[in-house]
Amino acid sequence: MTAAVLFENVSRHFGAVRAVDAVNLAIAEGEFFAMLGPSGSGKTTCLRLMAGFEQPTSGHIEIFGETAEGVPPYRRSVNTVFQDYALFPHLSILENVAYGLMVKGIGKQERLKAAEDALAMVKLPGYGARRPGQLSGGQRQRVALARALVNKPKVLLLDEPLGALDLKLREQMQEELKSLQKTLGITFVFVTHDQGEALSMADRIAVFNDGRIQQLGTPEEVYKQPKTRFVADFVGSSNVLPPEFVKHLGAANQYASLRPEAITLGGSGDGRLTLDGTVLSRSFLGAANRVLVSVNGTKINVMSPAAASIPAEGEPVRLCFDRADLHLMDAAS
Amino acid sequence: MSAIAHQQPIVPERSTLTSRVSDFLWKHPHVLLAILLAPPLLWLGIIYLGSLIALLLQSFFSIDDYSGLINYEFTLATYRQLLNEANFDIIVRTVLMAAIVTLVSAVIAFPIAYYAARYARGKWKVFFYLGVMLPLWSSYLVKIYAWKLILAKEGILTWFLTKLNLLWVLDTWLSLPVIGGNSLSVSYTGTFIVFVYVWMPFMILPIQAALERVPANLIEASSDLGGTPQQTFRHVLFPLALPGIVAGSIFTFSLTLGDYIIPQIIGSSRLFIGQAVYAQQGTAGNIPLAAAFTVVPIVIMGFYLWMARRMGAFDAL
Repeated sequence: MTAAVLFENVSRHFGAVRAVDAVNLAIAEGEFFAMLGPSGSGKTTCLRLMAGFEQPTSGHIEIFGETAEGVPPYRRSVNTVFQDYALFPHLSILENVAYGLMVKGIGKQERLKAAEDALAMVKLPGYGARRPGQLSGGQRQRVALARALVNKPKVLLLDEPLGALDLKLREQMQEELKSLQKTLGITFVFVTHDQGEALSMADRIAVFNDGRIQQLGTPEEVYKQPKTRFVADFVGSSNVLPPEFVKHLGAANQYASLRPEAITLGGSGDGRLTLDGTVLSRSFLGAANRVLVSVNGTKINVMSPAAASIPAEGEPVRLCFDRADLHLMDAAS
Repeated sequence: MSAIAHQQPIVPERSTLTSRVSDFLWKHPHVLLAILLAPPLLWLGIIYLGSLIALLLQSFFSIDDYSGLINYEFTLATYRQLLNEANFDIIVRTVLMAAIVTLVSAVIAFPIAYYAARYARGKWKVFFYLGVMLPLWSSYLVKIYAWKLILAKEGILTWFLTKLNLLWVLDTWLSLPVIGGNSLSVSYTGTFIVFVYVWMPFMILPIQAALERVPANLIEASSDLGGTPQQTFRHVLFPLALPGIVAGSIFTFSLTLGDYIIPQIIGSSRLFIGQAVYAQQGTAGNIPLAAAFTVVPIVIMGFYLWMARRMGAFDAL
């Protein structure tokens, strides 16, 4: 099957800066694909390469089997929801949504009808006459979504689409985006620096750092089996244990990751591994407590259910976890 | 104890005069606003608007043809004089010139402003500002006389075109009716060139300012939605830059309408509004007619702004 988006050894350099460095990826049709990474990791540049705003320095890009390098954005059936929405301030909401159809020469009646329908789809029926400046951030984001989707793109690109929304709205939009993508069956590619968002929404995640893909896999794989220290740390802030420490636990002389929620406080071994340490600090997060424990100078984060009793700061504590939860990682990076 | 004492929760008032004044103005911001605005408002209201109203009143008086004295009776006779063939020609000539100068200035200024707003960075931006502003720093008269030397029959342009064997182009142009003449320096074409040159900075800078406020991602969004570069220009860039173009055209249009030096030095001997005003209030001593002439650009500008507003030029502001 042809990939919706295919990157073969794609690099984009800005002078000496390697924004994207030899990236390979294949996004399947109908997939909800996330590109996750800190700012400056190359994820947005990858998105811009797909949209056509950037051209690769080297490498090959295909969109549904067709060569995309050298093709301007306006000839790609790819639409973008911009980070700050990029709505046209001089046009009404309806004209904004109909813009793509207007430049393609669709008749006025037909395009305004389609725009109305698209606005209804994002739950903003009847907002057409307003101006972008009269809408809230969440509403503008929906308009941006409608403006892109009304063109029936082959691939929809979303650049940090929920970044500017508050928590409640963000969670709501996450679900709506997910169900919209299922209904429409369009390939969604979205860029985010929020690992929670990537894990909850995506079918597959590419974790970026320094212009390279560190790991590409399902949310479960990326979360449970991080390939590199960076992935372990960035996706779910896992404990990264140094080789000497891991060796001491009876495993290989390698870096290993240990999820904070895989550790329980207190209790006896029962075939599990145990560590003795001292509580450094604790913070209440609502559903859980985060406890920072020092084990011979190595700091380990523990996520403990809110109901569990927690020793006070400075008191000794025993950590228990399954051997299987200790995930060994590549020596590199 | 460190030298810096712990702050009290509320710092007590200081009793110096300046701090009392500061406290007072902080509590009464409108007083501050009034103090700041009063001098310029007085200036604008009394000196500027006052003289404008005086001028407007003058235009409703008439002059006694025999004694040359002003007849202080309300009449529209002076305005009727404006419609005389000779006077009306002056108005049409000036308005046409101003319109063409404005249009061509906008066409030339847009790409320059676009480059400066979108691409020029660092050194190039400084270079751009210097290039645009430098002509404004030298005397207006010097520039016009420099152009006279360039455009005169024995001038640089003729010499240059002779070297290129292209003198026939200039001769063909000069042989055209109305816009031609003996040489560029005594033709409407010459007047036009100098107007465009002299007012160019006033067109470039507002367009550049408007274009700088257009976020780059709007251009990308248009392109992303399938808009070709021409469509992006027509539907996004141009409407958003329009307030800047209108602002620039207000400058070029009104400056051309009122100028009386350029057409006097470079051009045919036929008058423009500015020259007519100058002649009427000076040598002819016909203040009412001069005033009536002055009202013409004001009315035209008012009409122009009203049209621009109706066409939505300020919607993007």
